[in-house]
Amino acid sequence: MWFALMESSRSALSSILAHGFRSFLTTLGIVIGVASVISVVSLTEGLSASIGQQIQSLGTNNLTVRSYTPLEDRMKGISARLSNDDLDLIESRVEGIASITPILFAHRASQVKSGSNTAFSQIFGTTYAYQDVEQLYAKKGRFIARSDSLTRRRVCVIGETVRTNLSLPEDPIGEYVEVAGEWFKIIGLLDSKGKMLGFDQDDLVILPYKTMQSLMGNQRRSDIQIQLTVADQAEMENVRERIRTLLRAEHGLKAGDADDFRIQTAEQLSETFNNIINTVTVVVGGIVSISLLVGGIGIMNIMLVSVTERTREIGICKAIGAKRHHILMQFLVEALLLSLIGGLIGLGLGYGLGALIAMSIPSFPPISIPLWAVVMALGFSGLVGIVFGILPAAKAANLDPIDALRYE
Amino acid sequence: MSLIKFQNISKHYHMGDQVVRALDGVDISIEANDYVAFVGTSGSGKSTMMNILGCLDHPTTGEYHLNGNNVEVMSANELAEIRNREIGFIFQSFNLLPRADALSNVMQPLIYRGIHLKERKVLAMDALSRVNLEDRVDHLPSQLSGGQRQRVAIARALVTKPSILLADEPTGNLDSKTTIEIMKLFNELHSEGHTVIVVTHEAEIAKHCHRLVEMKDGKIFNDSMQQKVGAS
Repeated sequence: MWFALMESSRSALSSILAHGFRSFLTTLGIVIGVASVISVVSLTEGLSASIGQQIQSLGTNNLTVRSYTPLEDRMKGISARLSNDDLDLIESRVEGIASITPILFAHRASQVKSGSNTAFSQIFGTTYAYQDVEQLYAKKGRFIARSDSLTRRRVCVIGETVRTNLSLPEDPIGEYVEVAGEWFKIIGLLDSKGKMLGFDQDDLVILPYKTMQSLMGNQRRSDIQIQLTVADQAEMENVRERIRTLLRAEHGLKAGDADDFRIQTAEQLSETFNNIINTVTVVVGGIVSISLLVGGIGIMNIMLVSVTERTREIGICKAIGAKRHHILMQFLVEALLLSLIGGLIGLGLGYGLGALIAMSIPSFPPISIPLWAVVMALGFSGLVGIVFGILPAAKAANLDPIDALRYE
Repeated sequence: MSLIKFQNISKHYHMGDQVVRALDGVDISIEANDYVAFVGTSGSGKSTMMNILGCLDHPTTGEYHLNGNNVEVMSANELAEIRNREIGFIFQSFNLLPRADALSNVMQPLIYRGIHLKERKVLAMDALSRVNLEDRVDHLPSQLSGGQRQRVAIARALVTKPSILLADEPTGNLDSKTTIEIMKLFNELHSEGHTVIVVTHEAEIAKHCHRLVEMKDGKIFNDSMQQKVGAS
């Protein structure tokens, strides 16, 4: 078996090389198919690895509670919301919470001004507990204090990007910025956290929670987000279930009603991302399998031509003693090799392409090719070679020696 | 026991409604180390004779024993095996593999015997030096003259040490000088103990052989021993 494979490979290689350009065109379908699957997989795998890491760094014992309105209700003008009462309820009735903080996002006023400079930023109000929940600390000055919120002080903590955008000095403490027509004194500059999924985590302005509420005016309609950390990660599910029960009761939901809020963990977030990436991979896989199919038909076509061209050679080989399986093997191995060579070229090309795309997108994570993708790419191209090579090879093997010898 | 024994061999082809009797009840025995020429005009059945002798084709009726084995009952693969071991073909149009050099062409039948590359090279070199082509081993058929190509083909036929050398119009594509060379080689191979069967329509070629079988209309018309002519 090994001997036959070696001999067939030898003759297949010489035949592939003899028609170099034709072989290249023949296998181009496989090259393109494999290259596209490898580049997409390398990009999504790189992305998912880096998202996984970043999500883990968010903290595994964090919970986020936010309101959720189904699309249908939103079109009817109904919107669910979380209120301060909900916050108070959770704070007072749920055990096992290490720290909890509300977040109130500014609706319209996302403009920040300083002198003649204007920047757009994410602006929200929160409490002193935010720094414990998010592990986000001030590198200069201080964070929002409890008293800032209670007295609705006009102060703010800004991120590094905001400082740069507004051309504020290295140490911006004591400078003033204008948000929604009000002047705020900068009391702290946050540690830089970098970017995640292309989202700048340093582009933010934090105000005291109650200051933000007063700024927003109509409190009844405001919708807050609640972030909390659980003291013991093992208690995560219990805490979550308790919050759910409380909020359902508070919102007056009946047994059959769906939740009008969502409680998310970092893990869920990473699952969501992974689901998206898996879907992308499956879709791309489907498209690629079509291109591999087309590539396989291309190989079959050329192999059939090749069998006809070499009819006389096949006759000679049969006359000097080639059995059916010798001829079958020779053509099958040729199709297989064509396909595998295409797969290998596609592998290299796909890797290069992926790396190139990753480099050209700023802050895109480095690509990674998992072993399963390599094995699958080569396995599939090999399979395509065998499946589409079998028909021409059988045609060659079944030729009658006399007819083949007489063929002109 | 004869090397080759034909018993009432017939080969019929259907061409539309007509039945063409390419061979029509042929009986013949050929002994080891015979030197036989089959002669006849085109259509006399000598090519069919050659195909059946060479186990490329099955007869319609009759029995063919080669080395005592009944060929007629063999499968395609068994016939391939017989062709590989017992028969060395030499064709009019040489039938070399165009993309393989002389050495590879001569090694080719040994592949089907499962002989490894190193040994193949040794055996093929021996065969090529037997036909005085040891200095042309890496030439492609297209880089060789007609006579040289036919000698490569003879080396390929010899390399498997077959019972029979079967030559079909071996000099049909060669000039007269080369023809003499090739026939000299056949004479030598015969005197070395090979069984040589030549199918030809040229009386000149047939003269070299010891036994002359004339064919006509699918039948043996005359079968006679002749005085050896020409020098070897």
